[in-house]
Amino acid sequence: MSYAATHDHHDDHHGAPKGFFQRWCMSTNHKDIGTLYLVFALTMFFIGGSFAMLIRAELFKPGMQLMQPYFFNQLTTMHALVMIFGAIMPAFVGLGNWMIPLMVGAPDMALPRMNNLSFWILPFAFLLMLSTLFMPGGGPAGGWTLYPPLSLQSDSLAYVVFAVHLMGISSIMGAINIIATILNMRAPGMELLKMPVFVWSWLITAFLLIAVMPVLAGAVTMLLTDKYFGTNFFNPGGGGDPVLYQHIFWFFGHPEVYIMILPAFGIISEIVPTFARKPIFGYKAMVFAIASIAFLSFIVWAHHMFAVGLPLGAEIFFMYATMLIAVPTGVKVFNWVATIWGSSMTFETPMLFAIAFIILFTIGGFSGLMLALVPADFQYHDTYFVVAHFHYVLVTGALFAIIAASYYWLPKWTGNMYSEFWGKVHFWNSVIWVNVLFFPQHFLGLAGMPRRIPDYNVAFANFNMISSIGGFLFGATQLIFIGVLIHCAFFSKKKATDRVWEGARGLEWTVPSPAPHHTFEVPPVIHDDELAHGHVND
Amino acid sequence: MGQQHDAYFVPAKSYWPIVAAVVMFTTVFGAAHWLNAEPGDAGFGKTVLIVGVVGVLGMFFGWFRSVINESLSGSYNHQVDVSFRMGMMWFIFSEVMFFGAFFGALFYIRMFSVPWLGGTGHGTLTHQFLWSDYAAAWGANGGNGPERVGGSFSTVPAWGLPLLNTLILLSSSVTVTIAHHALRAGHRGKILVFLGLTVLLGALFLNFQAHEYVEAYKELNLTLHSGVYGSTFFLLTGFHGLHVTLGTIMLAVIWLRVLKGHFNKDHHFGFEAVAWYWHFVDVVWLGLFMFVYIL
Repeated sequence: MSYAATHDHHDDHHGAPKGFFQRWCMSTNHKDIGTLYLVFALTMFFIGGSFAMLIRAELFKPGMQLMQPYFFNQLTTMHALVMIFGAIMPAFVGLGNWMIPLMVGAPDMALPRMNNLSFWILPFAFLLMLSTLFMPGGGPAGGWTLYPPLSLQSDSLAYVVFAVHLMGISSIMGAINIIATILNMRAPGMELLKMPVFVWSWLITAFLLIAVMPVLAGAVTMLLTDKYFGTNFFNPGGGGDPVLYQHIFWFFGHPEVYIMILPAFGIISEIVPTFARKPIFGYKAMVFAIASIAFLSFIVWAHHMFAVGLPLGAEIFFMYATMLIAVPTGVKVFNWVATIWGSSMTFETPMLFAIAFIILFTIGGFSGLMLALVPADFQYHDTYFVVAHFHYVLVTGALFAIIAASYYWLPKWTGNMYSEFWGKVHFWNSVIWVNVLFFPQHFLGLAGMPRRIPDYNVAFANFNMISSIGGFLFGATQLIFIGVLIHCAFFSKKKATDRVWEGARGLEWTVPSPAPHHTFEVPPVIHDDELAHGHVND
Repeated sequence: MGQQHDAYFVPAKSYWPIVAAVVMFTTVFGAAHWLNAEPGDAGFGKTVLIVGVVGVLGMFFGWFRSVINESLSGSYNHQVDVSFRMGMMWFIFSEVMFFGAFFGALFYIRMFSVPWLGGTGHGTLTHQFLWSDYAAAWGANGGNGPERVGGSFSTVPAWGLPLLNTLILLSSSVTVTIAHHALRAGHRGKILVFLGLTVLLGALFLNFQAHEYVEAYKELNLTLHSGVYGSTFFLLTGFHGLHVTLGTIMLAVIWLRVLKGHFNKDHHFGFEAVAWYWHFVDVVWLGLFMFVYIL
């Protein structure tokens, strides 16, 4: 069946509406809403980043330097919440909003008004959460996981719980929208196994979101009733168990980890073939690997709790299930490398970030395997080794993929080319300083430095100072990124072509640059050999 | 726009989403202030909460009204209908997962945490050092934990009101299905009767549930504070009750829309969405009846 798009009679047919409020606050346009998500994510990235700078400043030297320990705890908690729910996730949703309709040949998202609601909940949710920092008693300070009984001691709990509820509602609606768009809005001929890997990764991610965000909502609701309404879910005296919270939380939390990395896998699977000028190696294997990772994510949660005192059988099961994830992840890394193998590659900024992703994410994956081993994890648990591990997968993994995607699609969004020189300056500074920042943390962790502590033994002084220097410079480097973005959007004289990149394939490159306000109002005719992956016959 | 009927409908700009975001924020901001207020000083947060709740209700009314008007004007084609159906199905799936968290908590507590506190299996030391006199049991003999939080209580017997409520909800599922068949066959009177019956059964269920709560608090001393038994009992049945309330309101709205002639036998997504929701609420109740009341 094919449908051409029409609009409500009072909708402007050929361009963006004029009024600011009309355009941005009442939008039903996937591109404008995508832009809102991306700008919001960037803002949150800098707010969360400023918390990280303060943390590294406190840790620059041993001894108490700048702040009260309780404020330090608020910083670590808020840094995580802001980066996860405010920066990484909304950035991926923004990319999905912008690109999925373009990639599957749809006129817009399936449920455009709900799309707008999904976005507009977020600034209010973060207003609620960040406002606790300025209230008597301060913000949440028990870690982003909100483990009871610690989290129950803070008056900010109610605000954080409600903020998490709002973010959950936003994520669920966003995910429903993405699934409905992918399943119901594809142009005729865009079969499921011809979709770009990025679209596949979002389809599976959206399923994960709908499956686990309600579980988080349930977990934090129990926290709320335990603190304010006298229930005993997490109180052993009343028959409950604080470990129960950890089980429910990580049943959400582990799929959440993949919610933050699967779309990154999709992005890398778009960028690498473009600049290698070869179709992706093993398209179907890539899709099934994402699906397997998503399935496994539901049965590995307790590897976050090895040191909590689980029965032996549970430790063994979760250890092996966790190590199993290395198989589909290995398939993905192998296929990216195989795509590069024997190709005629060029190294534009997106490709540089993608290659850095493949190498550095793999380092994070290997340290994850080390943490998966129960006997080893008893040593590493709650040390800086864990901090190093998840920053390798989230900063050089998820964040690098988001930056790569921004450079990759920026010419399509703005119609202008960004400055390749400054893009490369941004890249090389990022990739060097991020390693100076996080690599020493492996050593600190192996030597026994605990995480979430504002002071430390003098034995850890040197590596902490190196790490802090790397942190400050990595943070400063991101200001270059802002400069590149502003230059590209408003000042760049170099116009982008429709295809932008010589090797780019797929529907999004068939529309003009910048992409007009409405695209694919008539479904495009699909030619298999023009698709990114449609000509794969394996 | 001659092909309007075959064309995908990109809806017009709307202020409802941003209104929704504002009133949702107002609601939870007020609620959080209220929860943290000093005793006797609840004014500010409570007021904001009430303003927020009224705003949410108004938002739902306004947003649905504009959607219904668009639907009646024939703007929605088959593709939009499919999007709506997918949206509703995945929403119900998310609700299933929400209840899953609470059922998971119930199972964990009954299978692991209470027996462990009683000294079996894993965690014997807690039993030995802290509560060596606690004999693990569920229900009235230990469901409120080793410290007997909330004092001794009795449980609600499964074969009284809960059984009656089970029968009520099951029959309401039958009546809503009869109404659905009548809708497909185009028998408007029959729809109104059976859908109206469903609404009444929903209200009856809620009435009995309220009775049960009053009895639990007044006669049985079973309260939200009755240890983890009271926590799981009231949170599970309470969230289910909220969903029944919502479902009953939605059914009533659909009844009014049938009365106004909004549906025909090919075009009645609103009806079906609510019917799905009602079946979902029904299935959750069967789980509750089994695991909260009987076992």
